[in-house]
Amino acid sequence: MNFRVTRTLPLLAAGLLAAFAAHATEAEHIRASQAWIRVLPGDLPAGAYVTLENTGDQPALLRGARSARYGSAMLHKSSAEGGVSRMAMVDELPVPAHGKAELSPGGYHLMLMQATAPVNVGDKVKVTLTFSDGSTLDADFVARPANATSASD
Amino acid sequence: MLLMLTLGVLLLAGCHRDDGIEWRLTNVSDHMPDLDFQLVDDHGKRVGAQDYRGKVVLLYFGYTHCPDVCPLTLAQLHVVMQRLGPLADGARILFVSVDPARDTPEVMHAYVNAFDPRAVGLSGPARDIEALSKRYRSAFTREPDRADGQYEVSHSSAIYVFDGKGKARLLATPSNSQDDMVHDLHLLLSLGSPS
Repeated sequence: MNFRVTRTLPLLAAGLLAAFAAHATEAEHIRASQAWIRVLPGDLPAGAYVTLENTGDQPALLRGARSARYGSAMLHKSSAEGGVSRMAMVDELPVPAHGKAELSPGGYHLMLMQATAPVNVGDKVKVTLTFSDGSTLDADFVARPANATSASD
Repeated sequence: MLLMLTLGVLLLAGCHRDDGIEWRLTNVSDHMPDLDFQLVDDHGKRVGAQDYRGKVVLLYFGYTHCPDVCPLTLAQLHVVMQRLGPLADGARILFVSVDPARDTPEVMHAYVNAFDPRAVGLSGPARDIEALSKRYRSAFTREPDRADGQYEVSHSSAIYVFDGKGKARLLATPSNSQDDMVHDLHLLLSLGSPS
């Protein structure tokens, strides 16, 4: 019995350490604000925007998002170089330590597609943001009209 | 008398009607062809440039499956129209689809009306859209399909401004501020309907 305790104790300690390390996640240090979705008519893809602030000492990497209200969500970036508007999928968006990253119209955004049910202006839509270490952050995005230009205008 | 005086001033100024006006957007008068197209509006009606004579036209190419830049541009144009007040009734936003396969008049109707009551959605056969696009050296490219079968279309980010006679006057790009747009459109609309 004694023998078994002494053998399992280091394992237990290692497990606890791992749990603590895993606890200091990227998502834990991220604060989301100004979260909104531009709702378009019919089932057109919608752009979603949010300001992410990293209060931690380590940079965080936003990898993507998912929401029960949409069939798919992708991290995208718009550009307008040479007078041509383009949109491209991006793998990640860094949120610097003690800094912030903005998903805003004309730049980085989430493209939400195939709404499971119509999303109406005023709805709060839960979106789960996923980071490079697998940690997640839930944020309520407010559904705004097509001709809105920010989270509150 | 006033007309003669105005004419005289214009002649003295060296034949260019824009002399003396400090536009903030890019002045393209005499550098771009007059507005000319045959397309289908968001009520399914065949329309041409002559249907918008007497209105200042803001021409913008885009598509409804564009979730970010197109809605942003149209939302900004809506704010510009609001800031122009009653003068905005003399202007029309012509949103031309570069994705006619998906943008039927029905889709376009719901889309443009979500932005501004003075916005018109134009679609039509691909060759007619290409003709209009080429006329203003405004290319668009359908990007490769994604895994889900959907696709994006790269397109010009410019807004072409025509006066009530269908003459190309100004070009706005994303680097221009909303104030610039309001300033110039206010001037253009205040010049009155063509005599």
